[in-house]
Amino acid sequence: MLIFEGGLPDGGVAIAGLLVSTVVAIAVLSQIQGRAPAIAGVILVYLFCVLIAYNGLQAVAERGFIGLSTGSVFALGAVGLTLVYGILKLVNFAHGDLLTFGAYAAYVAYVFWSLPFVIAVAFAMALTALLGIGLEKGMWAPMRRRGAGLLQFILMSIGLAFVIRYGIQFFYSTDLRSYGLNRSGSVGFLEDWFGITLGTTQGIVLVGGLIVLVLTGLMLRYTLLGKRMRALSDDLDLAETAGIDTTRVITWTWVLAGSMAGLAGVAAGAITQLQPELGFELLLPIFAAVVLGGIGNAFGALAGGLMLGLVIEWSTLFVASGFKNAIGFLVLIAVLVIRPQGIFGRERSI
Amino acid sequence: MTAADLLHTAISFDAFSSLGVWINIGIIAGIFTIFALGLQLNVGFTGIFNFGQAGFMAIGAYTMAIFVTKTAPSIGLDPDSFLTLMLGLLAGILLAMVFGLIVGMPSLRLRADYLAIATIAAAEAIRLTTVNAQDLTEGPQGIFGFLTGFDPIEDGIESAVETIGWTDPESTFPLFLVVWVVALTLTFVLWRLQKTPWGRVLRAVREDEDAARALGKNAFSYKLQSLVVAAGIGALAGFFLAINLQFINPDSFLPQFTFIGFACMILGGLGNYWGVALGAIIFQSVFEGMRFLDDIGISETQLSALRFIVLGIVLIALMAFRPQGILGKREEMVLGE
Repeated sequence: MLIFEGGLPDGGVAIAGLLVSTVVAIAVLSQIQGRAPAIAGVILVYLFCVLIAYNGLQAVAERGFIGLSTGSVFALGAVGLTLVYGILKLVNFAHGDLLTFGAYAAYVAYVFWSLPFVIAVAFAMALTALLGIGLEKGMWAPMRRRGAGLLQFILMSIGLAFVIRYGIQFFYSTDLRSYGLNRSGSVGFLEDWFGITLGTTQGIVLVGGLIVLVLTGLMLRYTLLGKRMRALSDDLDLAETAGIDTTRVITWTWVLAGSMAGLAGVAAGAITQLQPELGFELLLPIFAAVVLGGIGNAFGALAGGLMLGLVIEWSTLFVASGFKNAIGFLVLIAVLVIRPQGIFGRERSI
Repeated sequence: MTAADLLHTAISFDAFSSLGVWINIGIIAGIFTIFALGLQLNVGFTGIFNFGQAGFMAIGAYTMAIFVTKTAPSIGLDPDSFLTLMLGLLAGILLAMVFGLIVGMPSLRLRADYLAIATIAAAEAIRLTTVNAQDLTEGPQGIFGFLTGFDPIEDGIESAVETIGWTDPESTFPLFLVVWVVALTLTFVLWRLQKTPWGRVLRAVREDEDAARALGKNAFSYKLQSLVVAAGIGALAGFFLAINLQFINPDSFLPQFTFIGFACMILGGLGNYWGVALGAIIFQSVFEGMRFLDDIGISETQLSALRFIVLGIVLIALMAFRPQGILGKREEMVLGE
């Protein structure tokens, strides 16, 4: 079994068996309509218990916190992608590279211009939002007016992804870069009370990301703009007929998608390092989070991102860590196959 | 002057008058013709968005390399013989087709956009496995030493060429010839297949799946056949890629390569098999040719970035202004819903 480092750990076979049975259980249970979120929760708790039984609470909790912090990066990226996907029916393969763009924008502001980090983050969010709006006005809106098909949109977004990614590589090379934030510390109370080590940066990303995500979710749920967005997502033409200024709502969608992508990029750059592939490597996990949560569902994207982060990090407890992204992709394929409408999605959206 | 020398030539435009450079570009164009013929079968003629062709290419190349360098010696076959190389190729094509089945069975029932995401994820999962399953694939270092079996073919073609009067032919010419004979034969075969009842059903599935089903055709089965055949074709392209590179590592199978294939295919014409070769020649002349532009005052990383920016612009411009490519007909096009 070459995927296990240094042979199977004790009980490794049992874990593998349990995982297979879990996947089968998901497959069977997911066919029951309307209870998917609860089922997903039960499965996650079940997985959690199995992992604790074999690895001990501390290791599982430690990995879990790291998973939640990567998960909140996925979720930040996923919220924008899911809104654009839901409202404009645009499968934007360039979304990952919007993250990279944001990460480098913050790098320029923080390292080159020596602005305070908070200002640099705000600058990155604003600039990425502007890029999103610019692309909407310059590319996507004209293409929609011409009645372009799905393949045209997808390949165009892939072309755009290359232009952004390699544009960044052209100016900033493939060198690994870092914000040079102090990453040595760990979150004190977790260390003191539970003996769990969680890097300060990861802690900030986790908490900050969750706050932003929940606020965004609430905004979409309760404000007029959020309601209009959902109306567009259901039926764009009908929303227009009903007197909604769709152009304006679409612009705001890009403001939200772009700024969240910029923030996600900065967060990803802060917990790892910056390089031109940064966002592209996050794109498939972000898609997975979007699909898990159900396309167009912002809270779904939040939950999907966190769940995926947990699954990916927990997988490193028994599979060599190099495989963790491959496992993320397998989760994506499994979800697409078993429940393409996502955990929180509705049947009709397929 | 060998190809290796050429890569280090500092003065740029001289390279374009060298036959060796054009033969190298020609080999790559031929490999991408084969690669994109599979895409053409899927996207152009069946209407399924296969974004994972690089994954099938990886399986073809890795299976061949592992078979020749590791399996053959252990089962008593001569790793340096042509027969072993051919058995490796066969194994690669078969395994890729099996993977096509495994990927296609669940995902071909999905909506087109989900299929695109699922296939690209499958290809990435394959590539990440080649990075990490080091016992089998040697990880990022890659696999060497599967090339000797190709020597008899090279020697044979070289001496044949010499007898008709080309003294001292380019060392890469035999591969060039083999790749293009295979590419054009495959183009012809697929073009003929398209005129059979099987080919017509594929097109019916592309045009209107429900109508095809109403006529009693099992649309899902035809889509699966199309993907499995394309996976085999991708493996064949992977075989030639491995022969041309003389070694393989995971970086040869990045998702970018699928989209280079898309650029070649669409440039030539979506829904036109002969367009694939045309598109591959035009696109690769620019894309590979740009490698030799190195006195324009930018670094190697920048030049490589610039090539992919050109790829991106080609894709965007084609989609915006001429989605049917050079030879495609607009009315033949079904670009999604």
